[in-house]
Amino acid sequence: MKIVVCIKQVPDTAEVRLDPKTGTLIRDGVPSIINHDDKAGLEAALQLREKFGGTVTVVCMGPPQADVALREALAMGADDAYLLSAREFGGSDTYATATIIATALKKIGFDLVITGRQAIDGDTAQVGPQIAEQLKVPQVSYAEQLEVEGDSVIVKRQYEDQAHMLKVKMPCLVTALSELTEPRYMHVGGIVDAYNKDITVWGFDDLKDDLNPDWIGLKGSPTNVFQSFGKQPKAAGTVMAGLSADEAVAAIMEKLIERHII
Amino acid sequence: MSKDIYVVIEQRNGHIQKVSYELIGEATKLAADMGEQVVAVLMGYQIADKAETLIHYGASKVLVLDEPVLEHYTTEPYVKGIEYVIKNYAPNVVLFGASSIGRDMAPRIAGRIHTGLTADCTRLDVDVAKYQEYLRKSTNVPEDKIIALDTSDRNLKMTRPAFGGNVMATIVCRNYRPQMATVRPGVMEMPEKDTSRTGEIIKVDAGLSMDDMNVEILDVVRSDKKAVDITDAKILVSGGRGVGGPEGYEPLRELAAELGGEVASSRIGVDSGWIEKSRQVGQTGKTVHPNLYIACGISGAIQHLAGMEDSEFIIAINKDETCPMMKLADLGIVGDLHVIVPKLTEAIKAYKASQNV
Repeated sequence: MKIVVCIKQVPDTAEVRLDPKTGTLIRDGVPSIINHDDKAGLEAALQLREKFGGTVTVVCMGPPQADVALREALAMGADDAYLLSAREFGGSDTYATATIIATALKKIGFDLVITGRQAIDGDTAQVGPQIAEQLKVPQVSYAEQLEVEGDSVIVKRQYEDQAHMLKVKMPCLVTALSELTEPRYMHVGGIVDAYNKDITVWGFDDLKDDLNPDWIGLKGSPTNVFQSFGKQPKAAGTVMAGLSADEAVAAIMEKLIERHII
Repeated sequence: MSKDIYVVIEQRNGHIQKVSYELIGEATKLAADMGEQVVAVLMGYQIADKAETLIHYGASKVLVLDEPVLEHYTTEPYVKGIEYVIKNYAPNVVLFGASSIGRDMAPRIAGRIHTGLTADCTRLDVDVAKYQEYLRKSTNVPEDKIIALDTSDRNLKMTRPAFGGNVMATIVCRNYRPQMATVRPGVMEMPEKDTSRTGEIIKVDAGLSMDDMNVEILDVVRSDKKAVDITDAKILVSGGRGVGGPEGYEPLRELAAELGGEVASSRIGVDSGWIEKSRQVGQTGKTVHPNLYIACGISGAIQHLAGMEDSEFIIAINKDETCPMMKLADLGIVGDLHVIVPKLTEAIKAYKASQNV
């Protein structure tokens, strides 16, 4: 069984802070991490390999620095890694990104593709299903459990109000929730191995025979940014410190009464 | 030529989801600006009797795809149904709810049709003057840039938060049709129901069959806890790291009950297993805008603020005077929630009793 896991390197948004003066994002010094949902997907893939054999390949599209995310995946136990990196890929929206990744996946080959449900920077949840569409394979998104049975996968698919147990024949694509499984830590031997392994880097030329240049990058993206901006900060409220508990309750009560809440 | 705004209706077990009505309401406003109509697309099995209601909420036309294969949501048959509608009816805009169903179906459709899709929108505009007004009121875009916008632009301007709500971006899809978006539940206004409205109901045969299903449903697992919709609550008492554990939500529940509200949570409480996921507020949870939001022991990570910052009145109770929630709050109380919350519940009880005398 050949499992391919797609990962994205993202800024740790839990660490991102707003500049109180300008209201803009402070990104300096914010560490880059493997996106949570993707890392859970990688862990699930490693567990399936332990049970059923096969290989786990990781694929990441991004700038050359995304190499670090792939090294971490190798240190967790992935067998091989591909970095898709080229100037031509820059500015891609979800459609163009999926086009590039799907082209690479066809070349790599797969039985099961696992992606995270969504990335914490873009939050679209669109790339997984759009890869599946371009690969013309069935998709199951929002996976909270994943098992293999013969040539099929059994997935517990989460909805807001219920879950479905679904059976899907491979090849197929599954998008993982971070609840799927708790990722393991890298181990020392793994880290050493990870830096001895080669990461295959594919640029535009490596994929161009199967890639329509009009469908990728900024120009090939169906959607474009029209405006981007920060929100207008609202007027400052009242902060009261050093009150006794009774005074604090009185202050709250005054507002609740004033606003006809009680 | 592409025309009209199509709303893909979401139903679960035959019940139309609230977000679908919200989308019809929003589509009605946009359609007025565009001089076009609102068309609802209703898919499911034995659901044709629900079509009338969609007209009462504002749809001019309802396309009904009623097939056994659509009884439970699975990706491919639903994608194929909408693909058929898009290819045969050429909509200008197609809107979906940004639920776990809409966010599964819409990207696959956009991929198949080869058009653009914008995820999790919180605002939609066609009319540039209205969009300029929004930029002036709610954003930091400088006036010279606002004035410079081309007022003849008729593209759908789809605004969404990114980076956990730190940045807002407006996205357009200029060269492909339909323009597609998923819209966050609870953001758009619920329209008025008017049973005197009339419209056209069309049964569509999209050629779907059981063979279209490429996954097998082995079991449907219902959540045993009754799902609460915190987006409906007028008052939310929400807990974060500071509540300290599952038992820490109990005083919050009592306060919420006294106020006639619901209890909610930041991500930490859900990730720690202290409280159920359906009560999570924030970028990966729900967007809420209650009349009152009491944040107890929530420092205010940007992802959380993104889900509640439009609440009408915000009270923060926190030991940390410098946390972001204090800055956002209309009233910030620096203190120990474990002491203040139970006392507040008692004070409300006493006040109510005194009013009833």
